[in-house]
Formats: sequence, structure tokens, C-alpha cells
Amino acid sequence: MVRDGMWTRRPRGFPGRPRMQKSLEKKLEELKELAQKQGIDVQEELSQIEAKIRAASKTEQAWRRVELARHPDRPYSLDYITRIFDNFIELHGDRYFADDPAIVGGLGFLNGMPVTIIANQKGRTLKENMRRNHGMANPEGYRKALRLAKQAEKFRRPIVTFVDTSGAYPGLGAEERGIGEAIARNLMELSQLKTPIICVIIGEGGSGGALGICVGDKIYMLENAIYSVISPEGCASILLRDASRARDAAAMLRITSADLLEFKIVNGVIPEPPGGAHTDVDATARAIKEVLVRDLSDLCQRNPAVLVRYRNQKIRKIGHWHEGSDE
Amino acid sequence: MSTENPCPSCGALHDEATIAAALKTCPSCGYYYRMEPAERLSYLVDPGSFVEFSANLRSLNPIDLAGYEEKLSEAEAKARMKEAVITGTAAIEGKPVVLALMSFNFMGGSMGSVVGEKITRALLKGAQERKPVIIYTTSGGARMQEGIFSLMQMAKTSSAVAELGKAGVPYFVVLCDPTTGGVTASFAMLADVTLAEPGVLIGFAGPRVIEGTIRQKLPEGFQRAEFQLEKGFVDAIVPRKEQRRFLSLLIDLHRPACGNGQGWDVDETPQGLSREA
Repeated sequence: MVRDGMWTRRPRGFPGRPRMQKSLEKKLEELKELAQKQGIDVQEELSQIEAKIRAASKTEQAWRRVELARHPDRPYSLDYITRIFDNFIELHGDRYFADDPAIVGGLGFLNGMPVTIIANQKGRTLKENMRRNHGMANPEGYRKALRLAKQAEKFRRPIVTFVDTSGAYPGLGAEERGIGEAIARNLMELSQLKTPIICVIIGEGGSGGALGICVGDKIYMLENAIYSVISPEGCASILLRDASRARDAAAMLRITSADLLEFKIVNGVIPEPPGGAHTDVDATARAIKEVLVRDLSDLCQRNPAVLVRYRNQKIRKIGHWHEGSDE
Repeated sequence: MSTENPCPSCGALHDEATIAAALKTCPSCGYYYRMEPAERLSYLVDPGSFVEFSANLRSLNPIDLAGYEEKLSEAEAKARMKEAVITGTAAIEGKPVVLALMSFNFMGGSMGSVVGEKITRALLKGAQERKPVIIYTTSGGARMQEGIFSLMQMAKTSSAVAELGKAGVPYFVVLCDPTTGGVTASFAMLADVTLAEPGVLIGFAGPRVIEGTIRQKLPEGFQRAEFQLEKGFVDAIVPRKEQRRFLSLLIDLHRPACGNGQGWDVDETPQGLSREA
């Protein structure tokens, strides 16, 4: 459980100004000075260096988000749940096989309104991480999520999901019990659920494992969260054939909240305190709560059938292609 | 000019024509070679019945990834297809269907915006025209070159499967080698009846990723069709030469028996069952 006062210690250093950018900027100044003194034309060199700085800063910025999203002090779902909802009651088990602690679910009040909460949950300590499998869910986690989602629909409760996982668990048992089928079914069922769903990506939105609880009417991201089809490390080793180039891959994949907002994959970005969510969990929780209260008061007024139609229309529009003529 | 290639499984030498005549299986040991969409059409549908739709959808480069356009051109030349799936209407033993056939040759059958859109259109067309939808899957998963847009195709295709389900129209999937990743975790696992070819690899995570996680070798046959049948994720394993007949039978078995012509095949209600008010 969440220990109070956990966040009172001083935050670990927010990554400083990127080294590469600094040294390049220095070089640039020197070059300018030299050119002026000696009256040489260095326009070409200048623009080359400037381009390098831009690329480097893009890479560094993307990577800074990755580091913050994975920061060991980053608040996890239960840290927000206990701050946002009153009387949170956790419900366990998928009714088929087991309870998966990598996904928590339950009921609580949001300003007095009953809400179903479904969330990825990472562990803070080694022991807790063993229990929660570092937030990587097995099929049971997704099936529990679906059970609770259906329950929410039955009792006309809205659903709030918090997404924070590096991915679904790629293990033996997960495959034997059909992790692919479990995620697939969630995608299909969540698209049809006749109750409002708001999803908030609070840390890592890792591929299909994240998407399995991230289909809804509104999708939000915390400012320093990431959302990606593959981890930067995975992408680097496959696409760049060099696992050590994760920084470059992170920038290439366009996984920051700003990217996803630009792509219109998320409805909005919830700002974090300057040093990251872990520097002021209460403030971050308040910011999330504000968005949830505002959106749910609207979504709960809508006709559920219209809600579902609109949700599906939105999902089915996603993608970029060109359609040529027949000949 | 017949070339003889040793079978990857038993090493027997057969010329291409013999292998093709056996529907790309080894005549000696029954090994299944991977098949391309055009080859499937030749044994699966009534001759000349296949009419392709959405043939001219081309990928864009939604996240401006360096080199993606070149990669697409290479894939096009290699697979002689414009994308990793073809979709069309066809007839199987005279029964109209919507068919989607994936190609592993085109960037590992990966699902980007175009594959997602074509699969979605096929499913929605089935719902609208009340024709059973049959999808032959083979894919390494989502196409990472399209970033988050490829991930979203999982949600998109799954939403389309739901639409087909609401229309009450049957949906059959035939899992081919290999079917993994984001395709497994979306439309491939959502059929009314899920079939597989013998011996194919079916899973979410690839075998190497799992071995990396558990740090040991996977048991023989792990994630193969027979394993998935035993674990309960595949309804039946159907050899190639029986697929046409099997699918035809499945279509007939999915015609509504009760309800006075209220089913998906309303236009083909047998004469005896009139629809009186």
C-alpha cells in the first residue's frame, strides 16, 4: 500500500541540460567569434551545426521523457487512486484462473459518483515487484479488467483506467493461457461497452499490454508519460540493429505526450510539476482529478448508444494512407 | 527447368511443380511451406470469383521515419504486392464470402495503417453485405515503422470485428505461419471459429522474446497449432487440401436454423421457410 510521506524527500535530479547540446552550442559560439575576427564565410558550417543541435535536443528531450516515465520515484496507479477516489475498494480475480496483482481494479467515489477503476500497477520495492511482476500483466489481469468493466456497464458506472506498463508479460504461462486472446477480447469488448471510459496514461504506455486497458471515450496522457508500439530498446535493436541506440529510437518513434497530442491519438495532456510528477504527487493527482470530474460530468449525460457509436467512429478513423485510383 | 530444393524438414528432393501440386507441402513428409495470397486463391475459391477491393491503398509515412518509403518499395518488389494483405469478395463452392489474405513476404505481414484499414473494411463489408468474412492471417505483429498508428490498428480492427458480430454475420480465421504480436492480440483471436494450418506458430510474444524472459529453451512444439488446440485457443487444425470444403461446410452450419429468416443470410432463406407476417 501507499505510505504517507513517501514523497516528502527531495526529488532526484531532473536531468540537466543535455551535454551534447551544451558542447555544440559552445562550439557554435567559438566558430562565430573566429569567423568574425578573421572575416571568413562560415554560413554552411553554421547551419550544419545548428541542424545537429536541433536533432540532438529532440533526441535528448524524448529520452528525458522516457527517463521520467520510468523514474524509480514516479507515482504509480495506487498513489493516484488513493488521492483521487474516496472509499476505494479493491476487487480481485478474473473468476477463471487467478488474481493478477499487475492490474488492480475496484470501486470508489469520484466526488461522490461511483466509479470503476482499472489500472496497471508496478511495485515500489523488490518484494512488491515480484508480486506485481513489475507491472507486466498476465492474461488474468486483462480478464479481471474485462470482468470489472462489464460489471461497471451493468451498474451504469463510468470507468477510469490508469495505464502504466512496459508491456504484457512475455512468459510461458502467459502464452499458455492466451495473452493474445485476452488482450484482443478487451479491445473488442471495451470498444462496445455502454458506459463512459476515460483512460489516463500515467507512466509507460507499452504496446499491446497498455492498449488492453486503454480503449475509451477520452484518452489522456500525463506530460512525461510515453506511449509506444514498441520499447525504444526493442526498436533500436530491430530497426537500428544496435540496442544501445535506444535514445535515437525514442525520438524516431515519436512517443512523447506532445507527439501523441499532435497525432490526435490522445485528447489532452495533463501537465506535471516542473520536476516531474514525483516532485509533487498531490498536485499531479489534483490535475488528473480535475480532468476526470470535468469529462465524466459531460460523458455521463450522453446516451450510451451514441457514446459507443462515437467511440467506434473515432477508433476506425485512425491511420494514414493514400488511396489511388483503379488504373 | 525444374529446380529441386531439399525439404527443410525431411531433406527430400522434389521439383517445384510437384510441391505446388501438393498445395505447397512436401510430398514426402507433409511439411507446410508458407503460401502467398495468390497461391491460396487458386485452391480456395471458385475459379474467377475473386474480385479485389481497396487494392490501391498505399502506406504513407505517418511518423516521418527515415527510410520507410524505401523499405516499402523493396517490400513491394519482393512480395509483388502493394501491401501485406489483399481483400476481396469471392465464392467458396458458390457461397459468397469476403476474403482477406495476408502475406508474410511483405514486411513480415506487419500491420500498419493500410493493413488495419483493409481488414477493417473487409469486416465492415461483411457486416453490410451480410457475407461471412474469412481471414487468413500471417504476421509478425504491428508495423513499428508507423509508430503509435500501427498499435491503434489493433483497436480499430477489433472494433470492426464487434460490428460484424452485432450484424450476426459469421467470422472465420485461418491462422497461418506465423501469426504473432499485434495481429494475434486483435482480429486473429476474435473469430467465431478459429482454424489453423498444421504446425504453424501462433503466439503473442515471439519464441526468442520468451526465451529471453524465462532464460531457458522453450519445450518442443511450444506455441504450435497443436499446442494451441490443446490449450483451447484453436477450434480445429485443417490441412490445406480440406480447407475449401471445411469452410464451405462451416458457412452452411452457421445459417440460422430458427427464427424465420431473421439471420444474416436472409436473402438465401430456403424456399420452405417463408417469411410471413
